[in-house]
Amino acid sequence: MTTGFAIDVRGMTKRFGEHTVVNGIDLQVRAGEVYGFLGPNGSGKTTFIRMLCGLLAADAGEGTCLGFDIISESEAIKRQVGYMTQRFSFYEDLSIAENLDFVARMYAVSNRRTAVQESIERLGLAGRQKQLAGELSGGWKQRLALAACMIHNPTLLLLDEPTAGVDPKARRDFWEQIHELAAQGLTFLITTHYMDEAERCDRLAYLSYGNLLTSGTATEVIAGAQLTTWSVGGPKLPEIARELRKSPGVLQAVAFGTRLHVSGTDAAALERAIAPYRREPYTVQQIHPGLEDVFIHLMGNSKDNFAP
Amino acid sequence: MKKRIPLSFSRFWAIVIKEFIQMRRDRLTFGMIVGIPVVQLMLFGFAINGDPKHLPTAVLLADSSQQGRSLLSALKNSDYFRFVREIHSEAEGEAALARGEVQFVVTIPENFSYNLLRGEKPTLLVEADATDPSATGNAIASLRILITSSLQHDLTGPLAFLAGSDGPVNLRVHARYNPEGISQYNIVPGLMGVVLTMTMVMITGLAITRERERGTMENLLSMPTRPLEVLLGKIVPYIFVGYIQATLILVAARWLFHVPMVGSIPLLLLCTSVFITANLAMGITFSTLAKNQLQAVQMTFFFFLPSLLLSGFMFPFRGMPDWAQVIGEILPLTHFLRIVRGILLKGNGFEEVILQLWQIMLFAAVILIIGVKRYRRTLD
Repeated sequence: MTTGFAIDVRGMTKRFGEHTVVNGIDLQVRAGEVYGFLGPNGSGKTTFIRMLCGLLAADAGEGTCLGFDIISESEAIKRQVGYMTQRFSFYEDLSIAENLDFVARMYAVSNRRTAVQESIERLGLAGRQKQLAGELSGGWKQRLALAACMIHNPTLLLLDEPTAGVDPKARRDFWEQIHELAAQGLTFLITTHYMDEAERCDRLAYLSYGNLLTSGTATEVIAGAQLTTWSVGGPKLPEIARELRKSPGVLQAVAFGTRLHVSGTDAAALERAIAPYRREPYTVQQIHPGLEDVFIHLMGNSKDNFAP
Repeated sequence: MKKRIPLSFSRFWAIVIKEFIQMRRDRLTFGMIVGIPVVQLMLFGFAINGDPKHLPTAVLLADSSQQGRSLLSALKNSDYFRFVREIHSEAEGEAALARGEVQFVVTIPENFSYNLLRGEKPTLLVEADATDPSATGNAIASLRILITSSLQHDLTGPLAFLAGSDGPVNLRVHARYNPEGISQYNIVPGLMGVVLTMTMVMITGLAITRERERGTMENLLSMPTRPLEVLLGKIVPYIFVGYIQATLILVAARWLFHVPMVGSIPLLLLCTSVFITANLAMGITFSTLAKNQLQAVQMTFFFFLPSLLLSGFMFPFRGMPDWAQVIGEILPLTHFLRIVRGILLKGNGFEEVILQLWQIMLFAAVILIIGVKRYRRTLD
């Protein structure tokens, strides 16, 4: 690798018929980084990842993945990449150990038996290795999938919504593991819908309708949005939200639990809109916008771009 | 007590509408709904004929007298026999029968005319390939009438008495390979090919579509594999399965149906491996074409139907019109049936078998190439 980037691609484009699913995306992921890939459903995250590991042929774009050309050297890329699919895609009628053994053989892992055994132990699956994969709960399936896509010691892991449908405890364990592995030099590209997970990433990219809307560290992304956010509490919040959305300067009013996050890019106009609620029984305070505020904002904007 | 909700027309209708929508979306199923009856009509209506005519016949004419000649021309003009060539020795006739080139060898013996005119009832020898008794039955039955009528105008005046009740000649029919005309001898070995066609194509037909349906294909494709590795890897285990089936049928044929086994069993097993491979290749190629498991099963059926009907398993191959024979010649089952029957009943050796075997090999190779080309290495 000459660039120090695990992923360095430009103009990646994928069309399905008339529909452009990924639209000229540039992405650079540094080696050893945990990179978060965010965006609503159908924004092109999975398609982009599939192009990276050669599962889909890109219609346009160029660049390298682990120093190999993304178009012509996809076989070499496959050998060094671990790809964890969104849907569990190992064999449900094979046991944990059999699945791992299969994958190890596919990658021609040297010292296969040892590698399989170590992987089972490392992931705490030792007591369950004879169990059929189909009988596992969501969390265990996810552990197995991660173990399987790491058995050939990849240097880059592409994880597509690895924690969807997994309980909070398992998710936290999972992320601890990711950071441990990243500390050992592995690079991760992870798609997620969870904001807490997004905040655990070194850097983020946000996709919508195939376009890359923003990227950088969480702080950079938030700062880049230039959003002012007020938090409003009080009775009949849905009605207030409806009213506020009509006011100039308010780009979004979103319920966060018992409070309303009202955001806009024009701080002065926003303050005027908020003014009527600075009285009893309401409580109003300015807050730092979070990633979620920013992403909801980005999502709303991008919809406008696509509206006819 | 559980309270049951009343039947609702609206819910019933919702299901009806949904089924129609799904049917319309699945083009292949829709095609099958129309295609299967059309194919069946064509096959049963036009291709199949239980009373085969124009059967290839070779004649050994050892007596070139007028009577011999008129008998030959009568054969040439008959419905049941198609004169293909004249042969000059018994060995030549034997070989033609063994290879399956001719269905009959008619021998008009020396001094046929001389003996005929002296009223000594010369013997006319007809050797028939009776591996499939139904193919030869009617032809042989017609032969006696044919002979009598062809010699009729020679046997007039003082010779008229020769055309008497039991005919002017002694007709001797040798039903070769299956002298008792037992149809099981023909069907049971053939069944081996039919069973293998059905199961092998079906099993592998599901092989790749199952990966796709269960979502494991995405994983498989993300690994560094080549199409040939995947396809061959999926074929080989089923060759083993095929051998279990073949053995089962052979054992039953031997000890349950007492089918004669004249030829070499190792040779048969060797040919079986080629045949199994051809069917597995077919299945795996269907698998690359079909979108889901249902479509794979439908394709299997679409392949199985002509195999069953046009291969000569159920109906005599030579009874079919030319276009059906051309299709039949493409199908591996046609050639495998000839091999199985040839080895078991006729005692065919490698020289005869290879004539059929290479055609199965060609089929397997072409189909596998299509499969490898069609195998998508991406999810596009």
